[in-house]
Amino acid sequence: MSNLVFSNVRHQYDGINSVDIEYLEVGTGKLVCLLGPSGCGKSTTLRLAAGLESPLEGEISIGGEVMANEKIFVGPEDRRVGLMFQDYALFPHLTVADNVAFGLSHLGGEERRARAEAMLETVGMASSAQKYPHMLSGGEQQRVALARALAPSPRIMLMDEPFSGLDAVLRNRLRDETLALLKEMGTTVLMVTHDPEEALRMADEIVLMRAGKIVQQGPGGELYNRPVDAFVASFLGDVNRVPARQNGEFFETDLGPVPATAALNGESVTNILIRPEAIRFLPVVNPDAPTGEVVLSRNLGAYSLVDVQFESGMRVTVRVASMYQPNLGESCSLTLNLGGVFIFPEPGNGIYVDKPISNAN
Amino acid sequence: MAVLEFENQQPLVRQGRRRKGTSLATGFVLVMALILSIPVLVVLGYVFVPAQDIWAHLASTVLPTYLYNTLALALGVAAVVLIIGVGTAWLVTMCEFPGRRIFSWALFLPLAMPAYIIAYTYTGMFDFAGPLQTALREMFGWSRADYWFPSIRSLGGAIAMLGLVLYPYVYLVSRTAFLEQSICALEVGRTLGRGPWRGFFSIALPLARPAIVTGLALALMETLSDFGTVQFFAVDTFTTGIYRTWFGLGEPAAAAQLAAILMLFVFTLILIERFNRGKRKFHHTTGRYQKITRYRLGKGHQGLALLACALPIIFGFLLPTGWLLKDSISHSSSAFNAHFPQLVLNSVTVALIAAGLSLLLALFLIYGLRRDSAAPSRFEQGALRVASMGYAVPGPVLAVGIMLPFGFVDNAVDSWMRTAFGISTGLILSGTMVALLFAYIVRFLAISLNTVEAGVDTVTPNMDRAARTLGVTGLKKLFRVHIPIISGSLMTAVLLVFVDVMKELPATLVLRPFGFDTLAIRAYEMASDERLADAAGPSLAIVIVGILPVIILSRAIAKSRPGQHSASRSDL
Repeated sequence: MSNLVFSNVRHQYDGINSVDIEYLEVGTGKLVCLLGPSGCGKSTTLRLAAGLESPLEGEISIGGEVMANEKIFVGPEDRRVGLMFQDYALFPHLTVADNVAFGLSHLGGEERRARAEAMLETVGMASSAQKYPHMLSGGEQQRVALARALAPSPRIMLMDEPFSGLDAVLRNRLRDETLALLKEMGTTVLMVTHDPEEALRMADEIVLMRAGKIVQQGPGGELYNRPVDAFVASFLGDVNRVPARQNGEFFETDLGPVPATAALNGESVTNILIRPEAIRFLPVVNPDAPTGEVVLSRNLGAYSLVDVQFESGMRVTVRVASMYQPNLGESCSLTLNLGGVFIFPEPGNGIYVDKPISNAN
Repeated sequence: MAVLEFENQQPLVRQGRRRKGTSLATGFVLVMALILSIPVLVVLGYVFVPAQDIWAHLASTVLPTYLYNTLALALGVAAVVLIIGVGTAWLVTMCEFPGRRIFSWALFLPLAMPAYIIAYTYTGMFDFAGPLQTALREMFGWSRADYWFPSIRSLGGAIAMLGLVLYPYVYLVSRTAFLEQSICALEVGRTLGRGPWRGFFSIALPLARPAIVTGLALALMETLSDFGTVQFFAVDTFTTGIYRTWFGLGEPAAAAQLAAILMLFVFTLILIERFNRGKRKFHHTTGRYQKITRYRLGKGHQGLALLACALPIIFGFLLPTGWLLKDSISHSSSAFNAHFPQLVLNSVTVALIAAGLSLLLALFLIYGLRRDSAAPSRFEQGALRVASMGYAVPGPVLAVGIMLPFGFVDNAVDSWMRTAFGISTGLILSGTMVALLFAYIVRFLAISLNTVEAGVDTVTPNMDRAARTLGVTGLKKLFRVHIPIISGSLMTAVLLVFVDVMKELPATLVLRPFGFDTLAIRAYEMASDERLADAAGPSLAIVIVGILPVIILSRAIAKSRPGQHSASRSDL
């Protein structure tokens, strides 16, 4: 197993930067998720790692060996990477066993079969070895694709939205199973996804991209709880945008005062971002706390989402335990948990502002 | 692991090479497109060549007739194929009645019957000495002058013949369109108060309309190309006019100008077809497909539905085939004489060579444009489209467009060789196999291209990438991944072109080397000599070969319903 390093890698489609990464490392045995909206360059990054695209500038190395720079380019067939696609790309004319054995041509017949069998055993598909891909369900195809990619013991496993073709229940199960298997084998994984929940669930580290650049990189919890800008905050989870007015050391909002931090240096702030779970819902009206009226209440099973409207007309969504099911029109009070409240300098039209973390804790 | 270490300047070379590979493929496609469009360009070029005397003569005498007959033929055939094609497609897709599943494939059978052959059989059946009129006379004791009987050898007869064998084009696309329409749209219609009839006219038909128009355009291209039927029925259209102007009046330029007018009609149809094909995509209402719940018909309606589906098959296939069979047996000694094996050999050889060549060309063109990263540019796609445009060029036009330039080249070479070396080279291109095979490739390359492309598309780029990351590249990849997956399509491509070449009449008639007879030529010659019974043997052979693609077609369609994989194919 090896690590994967991108340094100063730039790639263009038709003269437009599609990927521009200063530094990205996937540590040995780590699972890193490339996350971002469609067109952000995450798939291209994966293809650069696989050798399906060559960078315009910069260096890509695997396990310390240079795969691509100004002088060297190693093709995908010589990189010893495993690649798994969203559509699985199983070969329709080969049985499951032959699909898995496809990349093992360096082994002898007997050894090859044994290795393929062992891989199928590992993913729990041994009983389907003689079936053809079209006879399998989506989840089964996913497992075979995983087995095929892992069979030649790749140094790096690259996965392009590997779970997006599956239904919700199966997706969760296969995520957990796949994660357990990859961890057990100690595989280094770079995975592309557009689903923040999937990234949070699987990744040791998340790399959030936008317009070809890395916006923030770190453990999932850090991106969720300490986002560097409004884009990161809203990409990883729901946020309420609450209008605010600076008043000395505090921002005045309908939800009460929020302490301002020194980092802001007098830049204008008009919105504060607040996660739904950072608002505490008090079913009994507290005259000292901000008070509003329940206008919408949805029980989602594990929790409820309650929309509360203030006198000013501003509405916020609050996440509460599902045993609360307030009636419409009821009055309630709200208080803030400042851990889920983020203040950013007004970034204009969502343009990345390179600022240190500046949330109001 | 083999690391490819380059010299300092290598990356530039690497990119340069890639670009060169691209331009090489582009250049190849471009040159092929240019060569294949020579016939059309020549014909259109003749619009600017003055041929006043003969042209004025044509315009004042036969041109109005050609225009009238061609348009009337096209309109009549359009009406017939729409009624039969759309009607039967709706019945077998949406209604339940006995025999429905058999009809759903049997309705393709008339596709095996070339129009000129069905014309020969009906002439045999319906003319004065035929069984129908003989029976009428015997039954009522009439003699020749006592009764009126519609002549099959007329414009109406030609419409009926062409309609009977061309409706499968419309049937095919309408059936696919009805199957692909999410049943949800119709069910929503029903909940909004549309019954089966109004549902058909207000939902299903409008949704299927672009598809139906493309099928209709194809059927009309075939109509405009038809030569054998109208020639035999003495209905003067552009195709027979082109033939007669050249070979009867000896006026190649005027023939080319008639051909150019015919091409205008064809281009109109191509545009209509292209335009509607583009629109088809937007009519997929949802991605969800359910099993179709067919309308249950009452007993009387079931009988009507059965009849409606049976009649086109009986008149378009069973009756003529039976007639051919009867004639072949009764005239077996003259039909299957000593020449017959030679005819079969000629037909099969030329068809196999043409099919093989157009397959090779199609493979070169498609793999030339298949690249790892970028899709073919608009320019390259356009060139590919031009290369496959020949399918719409009527045989007589093609013949004119090939004879003129090939004859010119032959004469030029011959006279140069004679003045320079005193040797006469004679005909190198025209009147040889080269001209004939070139005509077949121009006309049928589109079939190979489409079939091969469909096959190659099933090898997704991701499969290529998967193979590469698993260390399998180049020829190994070709043999382990591509060939096993596309071999079926390659066989289909060969077979479809093979059968079309076997059936082709007008281009073969004009361009074949002297004394080179095929089954189609023999059938045409016998029929022209009014020896219809002797035409039956070769005709039957062509029809039997023609059934093969019908089988392939119906099997391919049975598999292609979206959302319906091998698990359950019960409703098809």
